[in-house]
Amino acid sequence: MTGDVGKAVWLHAGVIFTLFAMQFVLPDYHHLIATRVMVLAVFAMGYNVMFGYTGLLSLGHAMFFGTGMYTAGMTVYHLGWSVPLAFTAGIVSGAFVSLLLGAIALRTAGVSFMIVTLMFSQVAYLATLYFTSYTRGDEGLVLPAAARSFSVFGHVVDLTDPATRYNLALALLTITVIVVFKLVRGSTGRALVAVRENEPRTQMLGYNTFVIKLESVVISGSLSAASGAAYALLFAYVGSSFTSIQYSIDALLFTLLGGAGTVLGPLLGSFIMFYLIDIASSYTAAYLLVTGFVLIGLVLFFPRGLLGALKTRWLPWLP
Amino acid sequence: MDFGPYLFLASLEGLVQAAVLSLTALGLSLVFGVMRVVNVGHGEFYMLGAVLAWWITSLISIHPAAGFLIALVLSPVLVGVVAYAADRLILSRLDYNPEATIVATIGMLYVLQQLALIYFGPDARPVEAPFYFRVQFPWFGYSGYKLIVVVAATGLLLASWFVIARTRVGLIMRATQFDGEMARALGIPVRRVYSLVFVVGAMFAAVAAVLIVPIRQAHYLMGLDPLLLSFIVVIIGGLGSIRGTIVAATIIGMSDGIISVFFSPTLAKMVSTFLVALVLIVRPEGLFGAKIR
Amino acid sequence: MSKEKSAKFDSTRRSVLKSLGVVTGAGAAAQLAPGVLRYAHGSAEPIKIGMQLHRTGIGASYGRWYERVTMAAVKIINDEGGINGRPVEVIIEDDGTDPKRGAEVVEKFATLHKVDIAYGTLFSHVVIGSSPRAGELKLPYFVVSEGHHVASGRLNRYVFQPGITDVKSQVISMAPWISDNLGKKVTMIFPDFAFGHDHRDYFSAAIKKQGGEVLELIPIPPTESSFTRYFPRIPAATEVLYHVMVGPGVLTFVKELGQHFGSNRPEIFGFIDSLEAVDLATPQLEFLEGTYFWEGNPRYAQPNQTEYDKFYREKVGVDDNGASLSDAKDTSTYAHMFGCWETLFIIKQAMELSGYQGRTAADKQGLIEAMESLSTFEEGRDHPQGKKIFNGKIHQSFGHQYISRVQGGRLNVTHTTSIEDGLYEPEADYTRMPL
Repeated sequence: MTGDVGKAVWLHAGVIFTLFAMQFVLPDYHHLIATRVMVLAVFAMGYNVMFGYTGLLSLGHAMFFGTGMYTAGMTVYHLGWSVPLAFTAGIVSGAFVSLLLGAIALRTAGVSFMIVTLMFSQVAYLATLYFTSYTRGDEGLVLPAAARSFSVFGHVVDLTDPATRYNLALALLTITVIVVFKLVRGSTGRALVAVRENEPRTQMLGYNTFVIKLESVVISGSLSAASGAAYALLFAYVGSSFTSIQYSIDALLFTLLGGAGTVLGPLLGSFIMFYLIDIASSYTAAYLLVTGFVLIGLVLFFPRGLLGALKTRWLPWLP
Repeated sequence: MDFGPYLFLASLEGLVQAAVLSLTALGLSLVFGVMRVVNVGHGEFYMLGAVLAWWITSLISIHPAAGFLIALVLSPVLVGVVAYAADRLILSRLDYNPEATIVATIGMLYVLQQLALIYFGPDARPVEAPFYFRVQFPWFGYSGYKLIVVVAATGLLLASWFVIARTRVGLIMRATQFDGEMARALGIPVRRVYSLVFVVGAMFAAVAAVLIVPIRQAHYLMGLDPLLLSFIVVIIGGLGSIRGTIVAATIIGMSDGIISVFFSPTLAKMVSTFLVALVLIVRPEGLFGAKIR
Repeated sequence: MSKEKSAKFDSTRRSVLKSLGVVTGAGAAAQLAPGVLRYAHGSAEPIKIGMQLHRTGIGASYGRWYERVTMAAVKIINDEGGINGRPVEVIIEDDGTDPKRGAEVVEKFATLHKVDIAYGTLFSHVVIGSSPRAGELKLPYFVVSEGHHVASGRLNRYVFQPGITDVKSQVISMAPWISDNLGKKVTMIFPDFAFGHDHRDYFSAAIKKQGGEVLELIPIPPTESSFTRYFPRIPAATEVLYHVMVGPGVLTFVKELGQHFGSNRPEIFGFIDSLEAVDLATPQLEFLEGTYFWEGNPRYAQPNQTEYDKFYREKVGVDDNGASLSDAKDTSTYAHMFGCWETLFIIKQAMELSGYQGRTAADKQGLIEAMESLSTFEEGRDHPQGKKIFNGKIHQSFGHQYISRVQGGRLNVTHTTSIEDGLYEPEADYTRMPL
């Protein structure tokens, strides 16, 4: 099968390289958009690990995104931590929270699981509103520009600079792609898929499906938190709206559109959805209508999403 | 106000909340139970019920009571039509696959909500209560209409119980819930039952909304909270258990009011949401639910 | 009106083409010159104002009116020759009353539409979420928000709020009158988020200064739809009930308040934020008869109505009851939307003062320094709400506040505060910050 793996690696490397090269030709607006979308794509890709590969439908991922965002944001704002430290703290907090949540919520399955994740996410949202002295509630925190630069090996990295942001976002995306790619092609990935396809049978084969699912949750949560932390640091704003249900649904939407169960699907979905909404909002006030129709259309006609359909029909080697 | 009367007031409020919540959640529970799918757009049926009630009463201005009664009948019917369309066009084509239905109904949520924004507008609009009288307790006055809401909701719940437990239609529904394949084998038109249940579920939400709209207002975003609460109720009560739904709705409706007597309201909401999730962990099938297959 | 509309459509189409061009990989689309093809009607390149509008989301009721007032003011400006001889073009983007989308819209304004300034935001969390980007993109950002965020110094030097007063100023200017006329023992009911907390904090301090006290604080969670169970917490000794409930539940709030108190009620003082876009003649609001409200701008035409207010109403399409001329049931957000009108004229004033030409760094600096040099806006056609004093250091205006009483289903102004009533010590100095 090495031919297939080779093809897959080339494809993914190619995508990364294209994204890298595009920054030199993209007009300003799209340059900024791409930066944002790449960070959000990491969120969607994290979601995909749980949803696409393990078959766990969560409606609470905004909680993980928010955990990363608030940890990174608040350590910078209140404790004056440097960017790399804050970012790391964001990921670690995400891992911790997802471990906790997984340990509790994985006792349920299916619809109940979805609702539990939703409810915990609501708690997180309310918590950001409740602890106003730290979070400033719905108004949120603005991270000062001075706090958003750091030096590495004597070289100053300033997050207010668009090129720096683009490349940092791309770096995060690249790492995520590599992580997910390796995960998916490795034995863990196969175990995840096995759980998704037929959990009782996987159990009968001797696997501890609980641990497998928990792994999935932690990886998923950590990636989502990384995305949140990056978003806070790159765009200087932390607010409770990011922990609302809307963002959990977005993760689902991007993943589905691009293709759940494919590595690059969420990336594609994030880009397309962003532009769909951007363009739609020029024409109508009710652009969320577009979101609604897309979701319905997707699930009726393209349940596998764009890349998923591609994979089924023409490119079976697509991971 | 002294603590005793205060608690009494909070309880009355909780009762109203519980009554309306029971009706709303019942719709969701029926759909869960019989069809085994979640309708994430359920709250939007509720919202539609309220919005249509406003529209109907604004067209009929003879007397608030007349307009309201007509709305009470007509609004759920219209919402039922919308639900029927959704079922035929979308849900049945998905073969009622649970995951796909969740996604499709999220899409429905957006569509219905945005359509309401376009045609109803962003403002909250009031609907007149059909009548107004004040019940004077020794410690405070209370809206008579609210008490009527409790009575009406209870009546509807009893009627539904009767239909489900004692009529042929109810029997068919219960059979389909218990074992869909067997039901099909026995010649029950399962697809049609599903349609019926989905429509009825939506109508319950609409009726609840029409009852509550003179107390609250109609607003295009009003569906989200009832949805979340209904989720909580149905999960705690147990998927597919009507009795569980009603018990859970009562508990949640009452406790929401009473907890916030003691805690700051936002904290109370956090605590109660958290508690609910914990109940689920300890007893995943809910209080009255059967073990999930 | 048609000039702005078609120009807006052209620019929208242009931006769509540009976006599609990149998405389909055409690259070359990026080279389309922004100004030349766009404005076919005039000879001079327009001054572009990017309006960050709440077309959807919780701010939608305000957004509608903000748009109308903006278009009315822009029409007048253009009829009189524009700014520095150039016509004004307003490009509108919906931010969904969401901070994330707000930030994206600011980016779109700066890099795609290439506007001269961004303007028009109301909700505080959107302002706060968008301002970092405006600052980094060096886009002057004129908000019409009434939040205290601008004056607090937490934003950046590109953000201004010259056309509307902020909540801190509004609240503290109420305290003396309330204490003198209504009572000194106050119970406060407010929504349990930032807006409500501001009221809680500022008013508590202000009433204390007047020798009053806050008996009880009753926060209400944001999504609450039924309020009856909170009212028993109002102490019997309350002389004044201070409320500032916002959101769809307001009518319920008032109705239930009435049911709770009956005819035996304390003095009640509210902020008209509760009832913006809501018709006072709604039956549920009967209970408000005889109660008092803060008004940013008196909704109902008063006996001493100025010619400026008359002109303003006529131009924005509002009758003497503050409702739309074309639909008497469509009540306006009169206490806030004047901020749009006044801000636009202030922008004109500043741009003409600085000789603003284009989007160069020097022009922007000139504009910002010109703004910071302004100090007084006299009452007039451009400022129908009243005189304002602008503090260039904190980028915030201070003005008169109105206290009105509900009588016979309308609001009658009983007291106008002085500008000094609302002044507070500046907490920051943007002029010291780099551009």
